[in-house]
Order: sequence, then structure tokens, then C-alpha cells
Amino acid sequence: MLTFARASVAALLVLSLAGSAAFAADPPPLKIGMITTLSTAGGYLGEDMRDGFQLAIDEEHGKLGGVPVQVIVEDDGLKPANGKQIASKFLLQDKIQLFTGIIYSNVALQVVPDVVEAGAFYVSPNSGPSQLAGKGCNKNFFVVSWQNDTPHEATGQYAQYLGIKKMVVVAPNYTTGKDAINGFKRTYHGQIVEEIYTALDQTDYSAELARIRAANADGIYYFLPGGLGISFLKQFTQAGLKKTMKVVLPEFSLENHVIGAVGNDAEDLYGTAHWLEDLPFAANKKFVTEYIGKYHREPTPYASQGYDTAKLIASALRAVNGDLSKADAFRAALRKADFQSTRGAFKFGPNQYPIQDWYSMKVVRDPKTQKLQLRGVGKIMRDTGDVYSGACKMT
Amino acid sequence: MTLALLIALPPLAAVLDQPFWVNTVTRILILALAAVSLDLIVGYGGLVSFGHAAYFAVGGYTIAVLAQHGIDAALIAWPAAVVAAAVLAAIVGTLSLRTTGIFFIMITLAFAQMVFFTLVAVKAWGGNDGLPLDARSVLPLVNLRDPNALYFVCLGLLLAFVALAAQLVESRFGMVLRGARSSERRMLALGFPTFRYKLVAFVVAGAGAGLAGALWAEYARFVSTDMASWTRSGEFLVMVILGGLGSLVGAIYGAAVLLGLESFLAGFTEHWMLLLGAILLVVVLFAKRGLYGWLAGANDG
Amino acid sequence: MSLAIEQILNGLQFGVMIFLLAAGLTLVFGIMGVINLAHGSLYMLGAFVAASAAGRGAPFVLAVLAGAGAAALAGVVMELVVIRRLYRREHLDQVLATFALILIANDGVAIAWGKTPVRMDVPGALTGAVTFAGLTYPTYRLLLIAAGLAVAAGLYVLISRTRLGMLIRAGATHRETVAALGVDIAKLNTIVFALGALLAGVAGALLAPILAVQVGMGEQILILTFVAIVVGGLGSIRGAFIGALLVGLVDTLGRAYIPVLLKPVAAPALADSLGGGLSAIAIYVLMAIVLVWKPRGLFPVGSR
Repeated sequence: MLTFARASVAALLVLSLAGSAAFAADPPPLKIGMITTLSTAGGYLGEDMRDGFQLAIDEEHGKLGGVPVQVIVEDDGLKPANGKQIASKFLLQDKIQLFTGIIYSNVALQVVPDVVEAGAFYVSPNSGPSQLAGKGCNKNFFVVSWQNDTPHEATGQYAQYLGIKKMVVVAPNYTTGKDAINGFKRTYHGQIVEEIYTALDQTDYSAELARIRAANADGIYYFLPGGLGISFLKQFTQAGLKKTMKVVLPEFSLENHVIGAVGNDAEDLYGTAHWLEDLPFAANKKFVTEYIGKYHREPTPYASQGYDTAKLIASALRAVNGDLSKADAFRAALRKADFQSTRGAFKFGPNQYPIQDWYSMKVVRDPKTQKLQLRGVGKIMRDTGDVYSGACKMT
Repeated sequence: MTLALLIALPPLAAVLDQPFWVNTVTRILILALAAVSLDLIVGYGGLVSFGHAAYFAVGGYTIAVLAQHGIDAALIAWPAAVVAAAVLAAIVGTLSLRTTGIFFIMITLAFAQMVFFTLVAVKAWGGNDGLPLDARSVLPLVNLRDPNALYFVCLGLLLAFVALAAQLVESRFGMVLRGARSSERRMLALGFPTFRYKLVAFVVAGAGAGLAGALWAEYARFVSTDMASWTRSGEFLVMVILGGLGSLVGAIYGAAVLLGLESFLAGFTEHWMLLLGAILLVVVLFAKRGLYGWLAGANDG
Repeated sequence: MSLAIEQILNGLQFGVMIFLLAAGLTLVFGIMGVINLAHGSLYMLGAFVAASAAGRGAPFVLAVLAGAGAAALAGVVMELVVIRRLYRREHLDQVLATFALILIANDGVAIAWGKTPVRMDVPGALTGAVTFAGLTYPTYRLLLIAAGLAVAAGLYVLISRTRLGMLIRAGATHRETVAALGVDIAKLNTIVFALGALLAGVAGALLAPILAVQVGMGEQILILTFVAIVVGGLGSIRGAFIGALLVGLVDTLGRAYIPVLLKPVAAPALADSLGGGLSAIAIYVLMAIVLVWKPRGLFPVGSR
């Protein structure tokens, strides 16, 4: 036992010496704080985002924009309070000045104000809450993904375009769900015959499905992220409703993991997205090939957002040569968005939320492999920002 | 010893340039206050409440909702938070205390779930997005914006609550409470209206959790629905059991150890839950009277 | 009218699935006095193993058996390593220990299967819906109702007609007597625990084709299960059955009708979201009412 203890102490000493030797040779890498959700049912979203981000770093062999970086990842467990605690640890103890990673808006709403008040930067890969898009916007807060309403506005637009006369809309009974339905209604002008709110931890949807059947609509839109949507779609198909209704979904409920989990039930589903696996841009082709090569799974929007976030950060780090104390220059470089996005054209609006194109998509069976695949159909919205940016007075 | 360390912490942290320590320990003190209040009923009354997060949340939301309406005087808001939590505890206690054992666990959980789903559904209070506070409340003579000041206020209130609870359990009241736990029938035969005693203990515990929730709102400048979630209630229970039942101070150690482990392990590996689970399992299987009993070493072989 | 029948069928189906979980939980509590929070983890394991087996080409029945078997096996291990040490401990220690098991199980499954939800299809013959008396109902859900009722009947026979059942009944109320008769209580405990785990595994495997099979799925249904056994009265299989059906029906009918009933009295937007909120808490209100009225549940057992 004693020998073991001694051996471990010796090993630790050697390790720490080796560590300090490495530090002596190079300047310490720039630390990036990544607070994300890796546990709970939402864990796979954070995992994809993190892996996409890491892929961009691997491309440069441990650097972003030529600057050596070290990403410190910590799991918020989908608890806002944990996220906040991690943020203050990163800020106060690790002196981190650049943050990213949060998946869920309720966590972001707690963390982002702390980060930007401390003068640090936050670049969001997956959450664009309305509260921080208008009056609450901040010069150090950037969103790479989308404003939270936009995916639903795109979906509403597509339902309109598909000529669906009567729709049922479904979302969990919480703010994000209600915002989603409001976003959908902003662009869909047909008749909404039934509006259904579900519980957050619901697994059985039979009661709702009976109501949907009774409503006699010819289309349905639902915003049920992750597992909720998977359960819903399986039961919806089971109930035979897919034969009579068109299903039009935001990208959260129609990505590769969802298709993997529901199998044939995904066939003929319609959806909208800001990124697609088959977008013809060089940056995207590179990303998709490398991602599948490294992680052996199909990329999702979350993965592409992580990758794009890293690429944006890389472009700005290059501009200031990794010196974040030049905050104004770094910010200006971020604003320029001078990077090759996987989704093609990308620029920031006045509130530093994206202005980008939105695509319509459909699940089709590949005639050769017989595999179900998400395929882009066309552009449903062009250079679209969000409705809140007008209220943003950036200082 | 621990107390001396707690008092010396802020200057020490300043000297060593580790401001994060103050932040971390403030959080521990606040959650410890809720855990101690829970220990009062679990450890002494045998009343295992699985809904303690509800009072914590009501305390916090009272602060945030009052702030939303422009009331930021701590001397108004804090007592209001305590009263709101106590009133809820009185209602829940009155309806629940006729049940015992696991039925009591479940009925307290039921009421807490009602609070949780209500908070999720009320859009005016932010729903699941939570409700931010623009600034901390204002306390005469003390600037709560200073992290050290908030730290000492939390420490002081925790100590005051521990002292109050210790007084209670040492008094005749505590005797009746413990008596009712081991044999309710005997205490009734002796002429003690045990229901009333238990209800008072339940309300005091709820008030303590409400105060903790109020402090949490000040500390985090944010309240959210996860304050009322059943996992939060579970965490309070874990703190109490980890620390050792019926020792009041033990709950503070329990809070410190659980939060410390959580943040240490989460920084260490993505699979921190696996390790945390293993550690908890070992503690519960082998340290029979919790950490406090184990540390104190009293008749535990 | 047919809509109402459909909703009642839905509630029934949800209820019998909850019963599969509740039966094991209530047996384990009744006989060993152990509160097992990790019961939902066994359900999760059943779903994952069944989905994996089906994914490797196993026929549906075999996949379900694999899921149930894996859960039973995990139950035996859990009993021998952890639960056995908790019999004489306070409920609180049991809660903490089995909570720790949840953390371990969730992370363990995430390591073994990854974090992405896993796929399991409804078997080809059971897709689609059956139409009878003007009512269309998914075939698979009918199967779930039938399977659940069959298991309930089997349990009833097992408990009331067999020697094992006699021991189980006796063990719940007269533990010492059973031990004095020379029955190996430790072995009886392991068997009962494995039986409970098996039923949880069956539930997981049967629901896998219509749910998201993912980490944390056990906790979602665990609370409902606890509500069911507490409403029914702990330790009673009959109580668990009635409790589970009540929970299934109240939850389903709440979701079906509360929003509709609110429409005439409240503004549409308010009615929808208020209805959603009210139906989410319906089962908790049910439990609170039952316990205020009958503090030991509807069918209290023995002296425990």
C-alpha cells in the first residue's frame, strides 16, 4: 500500500514537471470556456455541438485562427444554477474571457448576463433568446445559430407554401413552446384548428392524438425537442394519422438523430432548417466528410453550429493574434463574420444575431441505399433576421 | 474551527486572489440553510418531506416578483418571502401530516409538483425561462452588491437559524417532536397534541427554506423553475442524509460535500454522475450515521 | 361518443403499463420494506436491450424477452450487491442508495449505448390500426392492453394460487413466521426482486417501439409509478392495479378534456395553456385528495 502511495506521488511529480516543462516552452494556450449540456436526456445535443467545435480545432491541430487554444468543457446538467456556477468559476478562477457552448435558453439567460457584465465574450452556438435580442442585446454577445423564433417562422412559411389549409400545432406548456407557436403563427396564415400544450416530461401522447384526429386538420406542426418529439412521432404514425396529415417540422424535431431513432416513421416528413447535410458549399462538404470520418455518425444542425462557432471565433482570434485584451478589435472582427460558414452566406444583424437563408427539406428514401435521408428542397426564406433587432440599441 | 475558517475565508480569498472561493461558499451556505431547515423535520420529527424545494422556490420567487413590482427593500422583501413560504408550509402541513412514512413523502412531493408546474405555466413570472432580478435588494448599512457582504449576511442568517433550531430541539417542543417520532401514541396519551407540534416544526422548516430561497434569489439575481423541481428536493434530502440525520450542523457538511463533489467531479470528467453515484453508495452503505457521525467517530466502530 | 371510448382505452393502456412497473415496486416494498428509486433504471435497461436485440435482427418476441431477461438479471445483481444491505435500514438510506444507483445506471447506459436515442420499430404485423364499431385504434396499443392485463392475471394466479405466492403474501405480513418455517428469506427476497425487475423490463421492452428510448427515460415514469402505488395502498398488488388504472385514466382524460372544458369559460390562448398546466398536475391533485381522505391509500395492507 505504502509503495503504491509513493509510486503515485512520484508519478504525479513527474507529470507536473512534464506539464510545467511544456508550459515553459510555449506560451499557455488561450482558454475557451464551454458550458454545455452533456448529461440528461438532452445530453446528445451538447455532445454534437462540442464535437463539431472540436473538429474545427483539430483541423488546425490544436489552434483556432493560428492561436493555440484549450477548451475547458463542463456539463451544466440542464440546470441554470449549475451553468451560472460554472460561469463564475471560469470567470473568477480560470480568468476565462471567451465563452460558448450553452444549448438551452433557460441556462443561457442566467449565464450570459454574468459573462458580458464581466467584460468577457459569449458566442452562442445554440440559443438565441428574444430577451437578449431586443432591448437586452449586448455588444459582447453573439449568436451563431438563430434567434429562437426564426426556425418556427420558417416552418410557418413552409406550411403556408405547401398550401395546408387547417393546421394543428403542438408544443410543451412552457415559455419556449409558446414562443415557438407564436413564431409559427407569425408566418402561417391558414386556420389553426387546435392548439395543444403538453407536459414537459410527457411520454404518452394518446390523449392528444385522439384530439388531433377529432380536429380533422390536414397538417400538423409540433415543437417537441429531442426525445419528446421522437415519442410523439412514433405514436402519431402508429395512430395512422400520417396518412391524412402533412407533418411540417422545425429542425429540432427533424434531424439525423431523430430519423435514426424513429426509422421509417420519418418518411415523407417536411421540415425547415438553416443548415443541411447536402448544402453544396465547399466548407460544408469538408465539414460533413471530416465529421463522419472522425465520429462515425451523421452530423446534425447542432454539430454544424458548433463547427461554425469555432470557425467564427478562429477568424476573430486571427485578427487580434489571440490577444483578447484588444476587446474592441476582437469584437469588430467577430462582427465582420469573416469565415466560411457551412450554411453559406452568413452575416450578423444589428443585434449580432444571424441574418441567413432558411431551407425547406423533406425526408426521402435514397433509391440506392434504401436509407432515409434529409434532402434540401429549396430556399424558403432569404437573408432573414429576426423581429427583435429593431429594439436593440447597441452601445 | 470550521466557524473560524468560515469567518477568515473572505480576507484569505482576497489575499490569495481567489474571489471564486467566496462565491462558492456563499452558495454552499445558502443551500445549507435549506438543508438544515429540512433536517429539523426529518432528523427530529421523522417527517421526510420530499417537497422542500417548493418552499425554497416560493421564497425566491417572492423576492423576484416583488422586485418586478419595484419593491427592493430587503427588510420588506425577505420577511415577505419567509411568510409566503411559511403560509404554504402551513397549508401543505395541515393536509399532509395525517399521513406517515412513504405516504408523507409522496404527498409532500405531490404539492411540490403542483408548485413546480404552476411556476412553469405562469408566463408573467417567466415560465421556464425564469425571472431575472435587475439588482440585489437594498439592506440598510450593508451593500449586498459586495460579494463579501452578501457572504457574511448569509453566514449570519445560517448561524442564526441553526441557533434557533438548536434551541427548538433542546426545548420541551423538541422533546415532544422526538417523542412523537418514536411513539406518537404515547405522546398523545401523555396529553400532547402532537399534530400541532409537528405542524409548527413543519412551518418553521418551510420558513427556513423560504429564507434560503430569498438569499438564493439575491445571490444568483435570478429565479427559475428548477428551484422547485423534485430533483432539487432530492438534493436537499441527500445533503441531510449525507451529513447525518438530526445533527443540524451535519446538514451543513452534507451540503458542502455534495456541492464540492459535484463541481469537482464535473470539472474532472464528463461521466461525473457515475462517480458521484458510486461515492454516495459507498457512504450510505458504510458510513451509517452520515459524514458527521463518521467524522465525529461516535460509537460507529 | 367514439372519441370518449378511444380516450378511455388510451387511459387504460397507459394504466396497465404503469401497472407493470407498479407491481414490482409494490411487491418489493411490501415484502422487503425497501423503497427502490432505481426501479425506473431497470425499465430503461429493458427498453435499451430490447431495442438493441431488435436492431440486430431479433424477432419482436425474442427482443422483448431479451429486454425482460436483462432487467431481471440486473435486478438479481442489484439485490445481491446493494439492496440486500438495505433491508434493516431506514427508508431514507434506501432512498439515497437507490438514488445513487439511478446516477450510476444513467451514466452507465450513456457509456454503453451513447447519448443518442436508440431505435426500435413496431413489428410489421402490428403496425396500423384496427377499426371496430366506428372506432379506429392502433393495433399495437391494443396489444399493450392485452399484454398488461395478461401479466396482471398471471400475477394474480401466482400470488393467490402458488406456494411462492403464499410465501410472498405471508412474507409481507408475518416475516418472522415465514423464517421460522425454514424458508430461506434471503432467497425469497432475491426472487421477488428479480420478478419485479422482470416486469419492469417487460414494460420497457413493450414501450420501446412507441417511445424515445433514451437515458433518463426511467425517471419520467418512476414518479407516475410511485403515485400509482401510493394511491392504491403500498404493498398491495390489487391496490397497485387500481392505482395504476386511476393514474392512467386521470392523466389521459385530464389531457383530453380539461383544455376542452376550459374553452367556453376562458380566452382561447389562456384556456390552452392553463389547460396544459392543469392537466400536468391532475394526477398530483388526485394523489393529494386520496391521501387526505385515506392517509394509507385506497387499499391499505397489514400493519406496515
